[in-house]
Amino acid sequence: MISLDRARGSNPLITVLLFIGRGTLGFVGNLGAMGVFFSIAFINIFRRRQLRQIVNQVFYIGARSSLIVLLVGLFTGMVLGLQLFYSLVKFGSAGALGSAISLSLVREMGPVLTAIMITARAGSGMAAEIGILRISEQVDALYTMRVDPVRYLISPRIAASIISFPLLTAFFDLIGIIGGYLTGVLLLGTNGGTYFYRVQSSLSMVDIRGGFIKALVFGAIVSCICCFQGYFCHMRTDGYGAKAVGLATVSAVVLSCVMVLITDYVVTSFLM
Amino acid sequence: MEIPLIEFRNVTKRFGDKTVLDKVNLDIYENQITTIIGKSGTGKSVLLKHIIGLLTPDEGAVIFQGRPVSKMKKNEWDACRSQIAYLFQNNALLDSMTVFDNVAFPLRQTTEFSNAEIEKRAAIRIEELELTEAADKFPSELSGGMQKRVALARALVTDPKIVLFDEPTTGQDPIRKNMILSMIVHYRRKFGFTAVMVSHDIPDVFFISDRIVILWEGAVGFQGTYEEAVRLKLPMIDEFLRSLEGFQDELTGLLSREAFRVHYAAMLGGSAEIPTASAALFSVEFDLLHETLGPQAAVEVLRALGEYTNRRFNPIGGFSARHSRDEILTIFPHTSIDKARQLVADFAQELKAEAIDRIQGIATAEIGAATCFDIYIRAGVEQVSPVDEIDKIIEKARTKQKIVATHRCGPGGNRQ
Repeated sequence: MISLDRARGSNPLITVLLFIGRGTLGFVGNLGAMGVFFSIAFINIFRRRQLRQIVNQVFYIGARSSLIVLLVGLFTGMVLGLQLFYSLVKFGSAGALGSAISLSLVREMGPVLTAIMITARAGSGMAAEIGILRISEQVDALYTMRVDPVRYLISPRIAASIISFPLLTAFFDLIGIIGGYLTGVLLLGTNGGTYFYRVQSSLSMVDIRGGFIKALVFGAIVSCICCFQGYFCHMRTDGYGAKAVGLATVSAVVLSCVMVLITDYVVTSFLM
Repeated sequence: MEIPLIEFRNVTKRFGDKTVLDKVNLDIYENQITTIIGKSGTGKSVLLKHIIGLLTPDEGAVIFQGRPVSKMKKNEWDACRSQIAYLFQNNALLDSMTVFDNVAFPLRQTTEFSNAEIEKRAAIRIEELELTEAADKFPSELSGGMQKRVALARALVTDPKIVLFDEPTTGQDPIRKNMILSMIVHYRRKFGFTAVMVSHDIPDVFFISDRIVILWEGAVGFQGTYEEAVRLKLPMIDEFLRSLEGFQDELTGLLSREAFRVHYAAMLGGSAEIPTASAALFSVEFDLLHETLGPQAAVEVLRALGEYTNRRFNPIGGFSARHSRDEILTIFPHTSIDKARQLVADFAQELKAEAIDRIQGIATAEIGAATCFDIYIRAGVEQVSPVDEIDKIIEKARTKQKIVATHRCGPGGNRQ
């Protein structure tokens, strides 16, 4: 490695290869570490004394995110109602508005937007909170008290995310469909009966199940990434202390959002 | 020969290219206070973290009660860890929990006690550490000293056999430093644990330590008692102790022990003929004061005694230093023993007239006017023989000590 470093200055190709190689190694290493971290945390969900912690986290991640999910779901549905109405009218199929809104929400937009909203609200909080516990030695203090920090801090958050994401996605879908009704039916005059008939007839259990599967996967990924970034913020090389917590929070949100979109594509291609 | 409770055998720890601990060999004995001292960055905290398993050695072994930790099964190591508590430098209290929840936390998480039992045990520790009024507060609402007491209560709630203190007094003022150290001694006696402490606070920390370990460039430069360290006169240790101790005792304003030694040597070696000199050893019963007045008032009393001694004897050429937690030795150069006795008698009058009132004021502020307490200030005067080492003078003066000033509690708490 040292000889490569020396050669870097003289050969730009080696510089590029070094950059790609180190980046790839780092990425694969992190992915592996995250996999191990998730596995340990997941197993610990089923240990004793976890229920109270999980319920607390469901309240924090789930219940307290419902208002933001409601607002985003409502306006997403309303915008979809407006956009799709004018597009469908051009083809003379405004009656298909209910189908278009419900399918796009349940299959794609519901799980993805919900995951991104919870990442912004609760995921960033998870990374920052665990990061602060880490830099103030509270994580070490848990260890010295014979409390497994992963069991106490991480497992309840992962369990709560796996529970909350599908529920909030269902809530988002419902509110989105109501939002579409508000603009499509009440504002633009599509027939209300047709709207709900189309919603009901076009949605199958496969669509709903697919949406829930995505939400479950997003829940696991987002919570794992956010907790991992916070938990290991003291090992960052680009910042220490409070700065490391800030950087960990940013990484948690950015990585989670990107991974949600990448995973969405992968899961969708499997479900199709 | 006593078997050490914890042993380090050739423990080496590296962080990247830097070797922090280099073949460290160390013994920690049961029911003692062992203090690890050393310059910043010599691996004191790293060493402490190896004891509880927060860090593991790259080479060598940490041996706990005769068994290498690396060869223990997980449940055996867990059983060992259950006997150890760790006090972090910044306390590491769980800041989103109240004081009560912090103290009850280890019991809730690691024991099978009922809720009622957990609450009872936590309440007892909280009361013992005088935190009852702060039980419902959050750590951020407490002073530094109180936070330290909460951390101590949390550490002691599981009845550990070993408590590790990572720089418990760093960043505190002299009074608070001595308060914390005296708290450690007090609770060590009360609960009977083995203490291992990392500290820079010389000389205060020497007064309470049974053994000291000096870390020097990643290795153990010395381990043994303070007296042994001084007696050995190793240049490295001498230089190191002098560099840390400074010229003055922070708490009392008296000379440091090192500075006192230098003054004493200069007095003996300064003239051709044998000088006439006397010594007086003053003391208060610090442990009794701690029991009755609490740590802060006890330290304040000690400080007041130091200040009075300095003020009274400095102008006439006397020099004084604290030689244990509650003993002050004053040397009167060119003074006969009769003259020294007279000086001490005059000083005792001053103490009665002024200092006792001041002490009573301090105590009243701490524990209230109605509480009854006694204070005895003792003094012993001895002729200094030039062949005497300082320790010998202290020993001889101690045998001649008698009470020279008192505050005694009369009926209804009145002074007698």
